[in-house]
Amino acid sequence: MIDRASGLGAQPSAEFEEQRTRWEQRWASRAARRHEPGSGATDRTISDLPLKAVYGPEDVAHLDLARDLAFPGEFPYTRGIHSGMYRDRLWTMRQFSGFGNAKQTNERYHFLLSQGQTGLSVAFDMPTLMGYDSDAPQARGEVGRCGVAIDSMRDMQVLFDGIDLGQITTSMTINGPAAIALAEYVATAESKGIPRAKLGGTLQADILKEYIAQKEWIFPPRPHVRIIVDMMKFCTAEMPRWNTISISGYHIREAGSTAVQELAFTLADGFAYVEAAMKAGLDVDSFAPRLSFFFNSHIDFFEEICKFRAARRIYARRMRDKYGAKNPQSWTLRFHTQTAGCSATAQQPENNIVRVAYEAMAGVLGGTQSLHTNSMDEVLALPTEKNVEIALRTQQVLAYETNVTNVIDPLGGSYFVEALTDEMEKQAEDYFKRIEEYGGVIEAIEAGFFQHEIADASYRYQRSLESKDRIIVGVNAFEKEEERQQIDLLKIGEEIERGQARAVQEVRGSRDSAKVETALAVLKRACADETRNVMPPLIDAVNALATEGEIVEAMVGVFGRYRETAIF
Amino acid sequence: MNERDREILTLFEAGNPRGLARAISRAEAGGAAELMHALFPRSGRAITIGVTGPPGVGKSTLSSALVKTARTAGKSVGVVSVDPSSPFSHGAILGDRIRLIEHFTDRDVFIRSMASRGHLGGLAGATGDAATFMDAFGLNVVLIETVGVGQSEIEIAELADTTVVVMQPGSGDSVQLLKAGILEIADVFVVNKADHPMALQLKREIRGMMEMLTFASWVPRLVMTKAHEGAGVDELWTAILAHEEYLRTSGDLAERRRAAFAHRVRALVMGALEGRVDRRIDELIFKAGTSAEDPYRVAAALLAPLEAVLPPADGDRSARTPRPRASVKGLE
Amino acid sequence: MPSARPLRVIVAKAGLDGHDRGAKVIARALRDAGMEVIYTGLFQAPEQIVQTAIQEDADGVGLSILSGAHMTLFPDVLEQLKAQGAEDIVFFGGGTIPADDAAELKRLGVREIFTPGAPLSQIIEFVQRECGKRRELVG
Repeated sequence: MIDRASGLGAQPSAEFEEQRTRWEQRWASRAARRHEPGSGATDRTISDLPLKAVYGPEDVAHLDLARDLAFPGEFPYTRGIHSGMYRDRLWTMRQFSGFGNAKQTNERYHFLLSQGQTGLSVAFDMPTLMGYDSDAPQARGEVGRCGVAIDSMRDMQVLFDGIDLGQITTSMTINGPAAIALAEYVATAESKGIPRAKLGGTLQADILKEYIAQKEWIFPPRPHVRIIVDMMKFCTAEMPRWNTISISGYHIREAGSTAVQELAFTLADGFAYVEAAMKAGLDVDSFAPRLSFFFNSHIDFFEEICKFRAARRIYARRMRDKYGAKNPQSWTLRFHTQTAGCSATAQQPENNIVRVAYEAMAGVLGGTQSLHTNSMDEVLALPTEKNVEIALRTQQVLAYETNVTNVIDPLGGSYFVEALTDEMEKQAEDYFKRIEEYGGVIEAIEAGFFQHEIADASYRYQRSLESKDRIIVGVNAFEKEEERQQIDLLKIGEEIERGQARAVQEVRGSRDSAKVETALAVLKRACADETRNVMPPLIDAVNALATEGEIVEAMVGVFGRYRETAIF
Repeated sequence: MNERDREILTLFEAGNPRGLARAISRAEAGGAAELMHALFPRSGRAITIGVTGPPGVGKSTLSSALVKTARTAGKSVGVVSVDPSSPFSHGAILGDRIRLIEHFTDRDVFIRSMASRGHLGGLAGATGDAATFMDAFGLNVVLIETVGVGQSEIEIAELADTTVVVMQPGSGDSVQLLKAGILEIADVFVVNKADHPMALQLKREIRGMMEMLTFASWVPRLVMTKAHEGAGVDELWTAILAHEEYLRTSGDLAERRRAAFAHRVRALVMGALEGRVDRRIDELIFKAGTSAEDPYRVAAALLAPLEAVLPPADGDRSARTPRPRASVKGLE
Repeated sequence: MPSARPLRVIVAKAGLDGHDRGAKVIARALRDAGMEVIYTGLFQAPEQIVQTAIQEDADGVGLSILSGAHMTLFPDVLEQLKAQGAEDIVFFGGGTIPADDAAELKRLGVREIFTPGAPLSQIIEFVQRECGKRRELVG
């Protein structure tokens, strides 16, 4: 019995039921064009969730307006975390960027800021992400290639030269050595006279997803979660504007997971950090307002929108009802979105501009707080200035021309969108139960649970491409023969590596080595003592010009290095 | 010896790992007879260790730690890592090697992955050959690591000098494992993940089971390890060496090696026979049409030509099974 | 009684690149096509990859690189294969590799470079054909 007052579905009239019967008859009698490989017709989302041909009031009859939908800015935030959303303030246009050395990246930052970008986002190179200096043997061939090389505080000072860190917010995408990057950022700002309390931005730092998906780890899980809790304590006390962690699903999706897996695994990771911090004695309301999330926006338009809405609702409910948070700011899931790298193709790369536009729109209709749009050439190399400009303009057209920003949660109330949002929430809850059966996220990681799910999903997806159950334009349909790349690509020269190696050696040669040794020894002692916080000794070490590689070595000496078990 | 085998032998004798690798490939292809003839006399100096246990107990991690210990003791090591093959495609992803990653650039560690290829025993047919070649190549220690499903635990005991059975607490496998057969083949028991709350209980269970048996000579040792941390691995190495020492001084080594030799001859003969017998059965039954005779008659007809060559069959198969190292108390 | 041994292929990840989605999908596909696949794990140095290929008597080595460091790592592996007398092994790869880099790598001796989006069937067909040839040659 549908409650007219609180339900979503109106009580259908007799005439409506007649219409439904007629439609069903016509639908059943239609020759099946379904499931012909290559036709694009399907009854499933890209993540294999079932789809009906048409949705109606019966699909949302079980939902309650006040309980499940409410209003923007009202618990459970399904419709958005702010009451005004983009009418008050657009999402932050934050293009992830970094390459070569700090000087080159600094130039790119000035360019982006002048073109209307509203926040900075730092991409580091592989050696920096993995904790190696630019002259380490493991860094060979990798310096400056997929991000900027930052070996010490000196590099960070150059990176932000001429940029007022008190005015701009910065997102740093780094995980294994995240605490070191944070220390370098704080030290850099203070060296320019900006107090740490004024600094705003985000550190990705989410190590759990590294073990699951991205594989940029250094230390084993338990010591690393301790480091994260230390960072949370430090920021709560000293950097109130700083988002301590960006709990990420983007990489989980890039590794091949489904949308539901991305949703469930990301939130599970988030809750694991919440539990760890609470276990360490932090009051949930003291740190929860500064947690943030990072999702993927893939090409299945409606599935992504529903995923974002489901995420907000699940998070709000758990934070309030399970973890007992009292501050509404602890209930709101704030997130950054990046369009799906794995949906881009090397074939006919211009098509990626179109894909990015759709994915960006899904992110906006899903209520994201900040957005990065990929450049069309990112499948092949880091983006050129021109391509990154197009990516930024994509956001600007979306924001200023399409008018989707001026009605909040315009898809709210859609039978399809509400039904799918609810379905995704249910499936995520199923996953939470399964993870609990393992004893928690870390135990599930050790058992290979997530990795197994992801490997299966990505293999199934690949097979669906091979069989043409799924179509990718230019790849398994509408291909062009004799494809020749006409687009310009960004090339990183070898002299970057040589220059950077020389520079880091210079830093080592010109500093007070006794000071560095002392600082590292103090750091090691702090690492070994769980009651101490590692952040202050890290800041001292970077101020003494210890390089990232040296600091990582010192910490590995205490925590050990992680080794994974490959799961297929 | 054909050209190809000669080439392999040349590389092998020059100490080139390609030679060893290709010899093992010849064994996997069933074509190692000539090479074995040349190389078998050079084998017998290595100690062969079998490591087995249910999936997930940490065998590979333990093996890696054991290799490290052996290296520290100055020994060169060969590892044969046996993984199951897919029954459908006959392909396999051989994933154990990855656990030995820290040894990948060590010239004195030779690692070979093998797929079980539907071999009934679970152990790849060519495992024994690979171990012999590694031995002949000059490696001091040969480690055979297999996942314990089916009868592979028994098989490994037939090939190795020292058999190590690895278990983990809290998995419910322990009861399964301590079924007849496993208890009697282990020379060393390892309880891995020794910091697990149920580790001591498993230890007690194993000891309890051992209490019910009388051991012929060597009483199996029990070692607690935490393979991930490398804890207990030195003790394991010591236990293995102690067993090797026992084998030498007691004269059991010769007997065990003779049993292993017999096992391999049997495997070769039965393997060769199987295919040919099947073809004969094909002829007798499928091609000739329905027979009026009963299965015993048909079988006897097939065996008839062999009557002259083989000793009579009898009910007692005790000569085939390994001499029991233990027997149930009261029933000796 | 020589029998047909399945083809043996190493699937390798080198350098600091942790993106193993493609490598794992290919490993599974090769397995389903009846081959024995040895996955090296992440963060391998070229020497480690080649030592593995030699010990496993591999017919082919497939290297996946998505970090941009391909112009260093592929040539390093080629050099090692040459130094160890293992040039008969079919060395191929894939990743985020632009067309002109791919052409250069092939000129240096890499047998084939597959760009993102290459169908699995194409890769499997290549491996079966080329590794099959190598097997015939070497035995």
